[in-house]
Amino acid sequence: MIRITGLHRRSGKKNILEDISLEIRKGEIFTLIGPSGSGKTTLLRLIDLLDRPTAGKIFFNGQDTDGPEEVRLAIRRRMGMVFQKPGVLNTTVGKNVAFGLKFRGADQTTIAKKVTAALELVGLPGFEGRRAVTLSGGEMQRVAIARAMVTEPEVLLLDEPTANLDPVSTELIEDLLIRINSEMHTTILFSTHDMIQGQRLAHRIGVIMNGRLAQVGSLHDIFYQPRGKEVARFVGIDTALTGVVQSNEQGLATVVIGAASFEVVTPCPPGKNVTLYIRPEEVTISIPDGIRKTSVRNQMIGTIVKQVSLGPFIRVTVDCGPLITAMITNRSCSELGLAVGTTVIASVKASAIHVHADIA
Amino acid sequence: MDEIITGITQAFSLIVTLNPEVLHIAALSVYISLAATILAACISIPFGGLVHFREFRGKRALIVIIQTLYSVPTVVVGLIIYLLLSRSGPLGFAGLLFTPEGMILGQMVLIIPITTGLVISALSGVDRNISDTLVSLGATEIQSIVQIVKEARLAILSAVILAFGRAISEVGVAMMIGGNIAGQTRVLTTAIALGTGMGEFGFSIALGIILLAIALVIVVTMNLITSGLSSEHEQVMGGPRS
Repeated sequence: MIRITGLHRRSGKKNILEDISLEIRKGEIFTLIGPSGSGKTTLLRLIDLLDRPTAGKIFFNGQDTDGPEEVRLAIRRRMGMVFQKPGVLNTTVGKNVAFGLKFRGADQTTIAKKVTAALELVGLPGFEGRRAVTLSGGEMQRVAIARAMVTEPEVLLLDEPTANLDPVSTELIEDLLIRINSEMHTTILFSTHDMIQGQRLAHRIGVIMNGRLAQVGSLHDIFYQPRGKEVARFVGIDTALTGVVQSNEQGLATVVIGAASFEVVTPCPPGKNVTLYIRPEEVTISIPDGIRKTSVRNQMIGTIVKQVSLGPFIRVTVDCGPLITAMITNRSCSELGLAVGTTVIASVKASAIHVHADIA
Repeated sequence: MDEIITGITQAFSLIVTLNPEVLHIAALSVYISLAATILAACISIPFGGLVHFREFRGKRALIVIIQTLYSVPTVVVGLIIYLLLSRSGPLGFAGLLFTPEGMILGQMVLIIPITTGLVISALSGVDRNISDTLVSLGATEIQSIVQIVKEARLAILSAVILAFGRAISEVGVAMMIGGNIAGQTRVLTTAIALGTGMGEFGFSIALGIILLAIALVIVVTMNLITSGLSSEHEQVMGGPRS
């Protein structure tokens, strides 16, 4: 659907995007995730042909988009874009939604019919006559989606559409996007800095870091097999440990990290330098109470050095030699009587550790 | 003290009895300034739009010059236009000196910087997000410019009203280009100046009251427009909704 090759965008002396190559497939929901300022907006603007790249090409259905403005306008009219701020014009909702059709020279009857349908799609039926600027943030963003969808675009681009919205409005919009994708078969490309949202909606995810595409893959790839420490940290993996494979028996290997050793599942041969990624949800915390029998291969004793409260959860960092971070519920934290300085056992299954072989 | 009281009494009788001379002067004032304002707006809105939407070298400097000309002294404009329109001047053939049309030209030159400058700021006041949105919705350059001008309509309208206020209340251009010829180019401000000089205070006060009344109408209109703007703004910020 959209193929991007070697895309660069420079602003002054600063490289905003560097060497992006990416393919968006027809009918998929593709999510771009990355921290603020990583270049997500810049990339979406280039794809919507609002700006021109410094170098590199964007192909839309095989057609090179680099050309005179008339060619770009024709391609742009096959896409729809929703911005972080809804950008509604100071007129009625109906007129706002009608803009795309008006610009394309549609007649009044068609406009009226399609505007009604688009407002029904986004769950705002009968809002035609309301003043757009009097709506709530979530409603305005839905108007923006209706406005983009009214021309039945082949691709819908959304730049952090829910960044300024409350959780209820966010969920409404997410459901709407899933419906647009499954019922209208619109290819959706949207950006977010919220990795949980990326997880919920996307068929495929691209992680963008400092203007570079750090990893593209399925949900599982990104969240359990991150490529590099930066991606790992961004998708919520705090524990990334570098060590050496000491032995490997039929895929069950022992990796030495300083004074500690971990049993992991990997084909990496002995002597190989590897990085271990451990998701905090995979780590369990218990109080040492004599010898217990368990199938968990890795059990390390240590002291809690840090506790960070995250609503119903607490992120606990345990110093077991290497620092290991666990995510536990508030309730289990108080039941176990955990505090900074408490001695605990951090356990993690061998199969829950993702091993990434370092490139020599 | 006596003069003032007699003057005020006389002024009211002139207004109440709809004195033809007073009416003629007031009507001519409104005609000249309104024409100048409309023509200035017809030039300033496209010109301001051009400056706003195009990127070119010296854009910043041009805007600074335009803003400086907001406060150009009316007598300086009067002098320049006089030199241009006088018999030996480059536009002398048109015979516009001492005519209402010449005064319209002079007032246009006086207020074009104000309308242009305020049109530029009105357009800059439209969120950049809006222009991106219009382009992404498939607008051509012209379509998007038309929409952005419409979006800035209230701010542009107040700029135009402000310019009308400056035009109708100025005296330099009206005096120097019009010449204050009775029945032909005599307007409110020049008539007040003359009347005062000749000791006809009642006449001057009557015209002054009319001028103030016009100013009042302008201020009230401006307030209506801006309060309309701000109540919309409140609603955007999360004020009460129906």
